[in-house]
Amino acid sequence: MDTLLRAVADGFLWCMGLIGLNVDLMERYGLRFLDGVWVTLALVGLSILFGALIALPLAVARVEGGKFLSRASFTYSYFFRGTPLLAQTFLVYYGAGQFREQLTDIGLWWFFRDAFNCAVFTFTLNTAAYQSEILRGGIQTLPAGQMEAAQALGLSRFNAYRKVVLPQAIAIGLRPLGNELVLMIKASAIASVITVYDLMGVTRLAFSRSYDMEVYLWAAALYLIMVEIVRRVWDVLERRLNRHLLLSR
Amino acid sequence: MLNLIELLSFGPNGWGDEIAQGALLTAELALATLPVGIAIGLLVALAKDSGSRVLRGLGNLYTTIFRGLPELLTLFIVYYGGQMLLTRIAGYFVPDAHIEVNQFVAGVVALGLVLGAFSSEVLLAAIRAVPKGQKEAAAALGLSGWRIFRLVTFPQLWRVALPGLSNNWMVLLKDTSLVSVIAISDLMRQTSIAVGVTKQPFFFYLVACLIYLVFSGLSSAVFTNLENRASRGFKRVGGH
Repeated sequence: MDTLLRAVADGFLWCMGLIGLNVDLMERYGLRFLDGVWVTLALVGLSILFGALIALPLAVARVEGGKFLSRASFTYSYFFRGTPLLAQTFLVYYGAGQFREQLTDIGLWWFFRDAFNCAVFTFTLNTAAYQSEILRGGIQTLPAGQMEAAQALGLSRFNAYRKVVLPQAIAIGLRPLGNELVLMIKASAIASVITVYDLMGVTRLAFSRSYDMEVYLWAAALYLIMVEIVRRVWDVLERRLNRHLLLSR
Repeated sequence: MLNLIELLSFGPNGWGDEIAQGALLTAELALATLPVGIAIGLLVALAKDSGSRVLRGLGNLYTTIFRGLPELLTLFIVYYGGQMLLTRIAGYFVPDAHIEVNQFVAGVVALGLVLGAFSSEVLLAAIRAVPKGQKEAAAALGLSGWRIFRLVTFPQLWRVALPGLSNNWMVLLKDTSLVSVIAISDLMRQTSIAVGVTKQPFFFYLVACLIYLVFSGLSSAVFTNLENRASRGFKRVGGH
């Protein structure tokens, strides 16, 4: 098995050498780059997922919540959409360090001690703001008749949201949600600034040791591949999930 | 709390003036990038709208690359790559030449490349929104090519493009914070320096966030104004 893997790796390196890349460098850092890709994917996947969980109540609060809740939800998304992600990341990462004692007291220091956790935490809050705006847009473009019809059928407001309103709002927002996923993959490079070894972090490390520009080109290729895969998958997903909308056009 | 306010005072004991300088540099950087990015965007949009298949392909390739790369990576490639490339080129003329790329210029170029990719999409949609008949009618009236663009196409294109461009500007404004990583003394970096000395990260980064919020608030006021102006000859659905 090991010899097989070795053969595959050698074959891969040979191909890379064939297109003029630096094989020695790749042999030294190639596996680290794979780790970096994995960290980036974990960072983005976790943030998008947790972000979606927060975005749902935020969007509903925007539409349904009274004066107070809808304002609060608006302020939240205004803050996170109006300030740079880098500033938010620093605010959480370095800010947490400042409140170390208090965080230890309430038993949360273990979480904020780790840069990766801080990055996931910040990205989650950030993407929740963007996702909630997308969902709110989706909810508000639905005709009022949808809710009225659902209630006329005897569904509670909660069930009307769960079964009628939200599925349609998500379908409407599917494309912007895909864009948000792509933006998040790109934005995740910011984590490298607070010492997370994601793809960008590994690249910066490799560059600082080798001073070979080529590593940036590998990173560029890897990011483009990730983004293109998401775009292609999303196209398929959209055609599949929104096929009822496509037919009616 | 009072101590914190004091930290923001201007003068030797406070960080107010340093942070204000940083904020000014951030505004300068964004304003300097805007024309570069829009010019690139317009060229790329024209390429994507042209009849030549090669130009269209190049335009699409450009957009795919610079929309897909993280802004931070583009910045590093432009900054370090530009430095190495220029040094190598200079090496042909002067042996052992070493060229330092000005960080501000690197920032403008990198952010301009990204803005160009995003604004080209907006401008392309706007170019296509102006009916062909408009140009033909202007030509029939005897207007020259440049005057057709200036008097007929552009005012109509502008109205359609403004909301999208206003979005691009907001993103640019936030992306400028990334240049702090290559040591430009923008708002973000000045804030980090203040944090390093005072050990008050939460307060100072919050202040920086609020300044960015003020910037985007001001921008959106300007853009609302521009949009109203651009569409003054156009009746909207449900409005006036």
